Amino acid sequence: MPMISLTIDNKKVEVEQGTSILEAAREAGTGIPSLCYLKDINVVGVCRVCVVEVKGARSLVASCVAPAAEGMEVLTNTNRVRNARRLAVELILSDHPMECPTCIRNLNCELQTLAEELGIRDVRFEGERTKHTADNSSPSIIRDPQKCILCRRCVSVCEHVQSVKAIAPQNRGFDAVVSPAFEAGLAETECVNCGQCSLVCPTGAIYEKDDTTRVWDALADPNIHVVVQTAPAVRVALGEIFGMEPGSVVTTQMVGALKQLGFNKVFDTDFTADLTIMEEGSELIERIKSGGKLPLITSCSPGWIKFIEHFYPDLLPHLSTCKSPQQMFGALAKTYYTGKAGVDPANVFSVSIMPCTAKKFESQRPEMNSSGYQDVDVVLTTRELGRMLKLAGIDLSSCPEEEYDDPMGISTGAAVIFGATGGVMEAALRTAYELITGETLPSVDFKTVRGMEGVKEASVQVGSLNVNVAVAHGLGNARKLLDAIKAGDADYHFIEIMCCPGGCIGGGGQPIPTDLGIREKRIGGIYTADEKMVLRKSHENPAIQQIYKEFLEEPLGHRSHELLHTQYVARGKYK
Amino acid sequence: MKENDCKCEHLWAEFNQTLEKNSGNRSALITVLHKAQELFGYIPREVQIRIAEELEIPLADVYGVVTFYNFFSLKPQGKYKISVCKGTSCYVRGASGVLERFSKTLGVGPGDSTDDGQFSIEVVRCLGACGLSPVMTVNKDVYALVKQESIPEILDKYAAEEVQESATDTLQRDQRET
Repeated sequence: MPMISLTIDNKKVEVEQGTSILEAAREAGTGIPSLCYLKDINVVGVCRVCVVEVKGARSLVASCVAPAAEGMEVLTNTNRVRNARRLAVELILSDHPMECPTCIRNLNCELQTLAEELGIRDVRFEGERTKHTADNSSPSIIRDPQKCILCRRCVSVCEHVQSVKAIAPQNRGFDAVVSPAFEAGLAETECVNCGQCSLVCPTGAIYEKDDTTRVWDALADPNIHVVVQTAPAVRVALGEIFGMEPGSVVTTQMVGALKQLGFNKVFDTDFTADLTIMEEGSELIERIKSGGKLPLITSCSPGWIKFIEHFYPDLLPHLSTCKSPQQMFGALAKTYYTGKAGVDPANVFSVSIMPCTAKKFESQRPEMNSSGYQDVDVVLTTRELGRMLKLAGIDLSSCPEEEYDDPMGISTGAAVIFGATGGVMEAALRTAYELITGETLPSVDFKTVRGMEGVKEASVQVGSLNVNVAVAHGLGNARKLLDAIKAGDADYHFIEIMCCPGGCIGGGGQPIPTDLGIREKRIGGIYTADEKMVLRKSHENPAIQQIYKEFLEEPLGHRSHELLHTQYVARGKYK
Repeated sequence: MKENDCKCEHLWAEFNQTLEKNSGNRSALITVLHKAQELFGYIPREVQIRIAEELEIPLADVYGVVTFYNFFSLKPQGKYKISVCKGTSCYVRGASGVLERFSKTLGVGPGDSTDDGQFSIEVVRCLGACGLSPVMTVNKDVYALVKQESIPEILDKYAAEEVQESATDTLQRDQRET
């Protein structure tokens, strides 16, 4: 790419041709505020907050959409620019509820921060206000168009990253609103509940459904036995809410904090991640041996499951019948665990802490009650747990470190990597290799399936069989693999798909902000946690060996089928 | 309006042809919506879903386009579509009074149609005849320099056409039967 040079605030800057003025300025260390802009995803120039003066231009230009040009003279900090930015934000605020102290995004809101940075102390415009009601139909996500500033970030992420586009701008002018078609509730649409929209919303217009009250109530009831499981990706992100670096591994502090909150048992979803490898690995071997449907596709990610149910129902037979680790855990907590502990499952309240908003939907699927009760009673996101800890006055960084409880707290490094894209595949390969060949792996690291590339492929020699695998994260990338399967161009045995970019560490329930850099740091945390584990292969987990001996008998056995496997629903694209 | 319960199979047959011709062609959206509006008189949900599926455009986008342009409507239009201009010139020369008189006489507001499906009222911006304002149209008939007092007369004209038509129908039926 040829380079061009321009001046920004009288400073000479060299950038690649095609770079926007905004990116050029940021590269040169000059801050230009922005609101609707989301690098590579939403570049639409609608909010007018990033305007700058360009010498010779008739009017101010939106720097996010205007390409830098050779010899251009840009001024980012003049009276004219500052006034225009302030005017743009004031106009947005003139139709904004201004409920900041009670808003879910209070102190973590881009509009609030911007108003502060621009020194807005007064909104000069009083006029008609839009009237919208919040959409509470989804068990995962709430949309409150009253707080929407029409930046379209949610629309872009839903369309360009997830290839779903359940929401779009509707109507025109003052009546414009971001909503599903026919102003339907999200629950009635093809929305997969991934919550990526909630991660990119600059205000409190899209957020997770808060279920913390139900958990507080259960914890306060002495007659209820409250158990909790924590997903792999939560331990590398929760620290951010308490000011720690993204990727800080806070497993033991988190366990300590959960015990302090009063949970009777603190268990680990990693236990059932190991179990998933045993079941899914056996399913893969079975399908290869018996000429079953291939490629086999993973089924851990509930956003992904709803996506294939809506958009590719004819490919459902490719899905593994394994429940997700969360739901396997739920089914076992109210059967295996209660049996061992001598607790009445009717008095057990099962909570899970997830990086994910779609898990809330998953726990409420009608088929997820194989214990005879709703297997998982409440799902909290990482953000909700952070809120509970703050309310309880618990600072994670100074929390006493504790270990998970037995037996469903014992796990391996193979389970913790479930939190990152490629992790389920790597965990499966570690076990499949050793179980099939009977040999010990020279190195447990399968680095070709790691990292942020959208679709990753690998070929692994396992005994006499050359196993072809593929990994996709983000539903837009998943779609590419599915189209290839449909066209008959996919010569894979096994595919891992995670709904969110980067895998669960980038889930819709994770701390805000979640951007590419932060995702990469959390992935780093995941592999650090894996390396520190004594056991790194699921089949070596002694608690897994024990549960098969005591309870499940064998992978894909009768009891496994009852408790750990499920079926799927072919949904139309538009009901 | 399902294909089989709308008593409009012949419309669907024609519309399906349009859809098939534009299968997978995202850029044909406006053309296809025009056809739907023309055939059905409005663009019901079932029609939008078929368009979304056939043209491979998310339903949220189809609905977004339908609600963006005034030309498309989500409700059935009357057989006689009254369009009152409220552009600047017509506005200052009394378009609001004209509109109000129509609403009062017919008992429906802009964007709605009478229960018998005969008349609907809509507001449009500038018909390009500002010198003759206030201007309005009923289907393809243009009325210039409209006064409130002349509204009953305009409505009567179409009501009379109805009587005429139904008389012709009866006559034709009688002739067929005999």
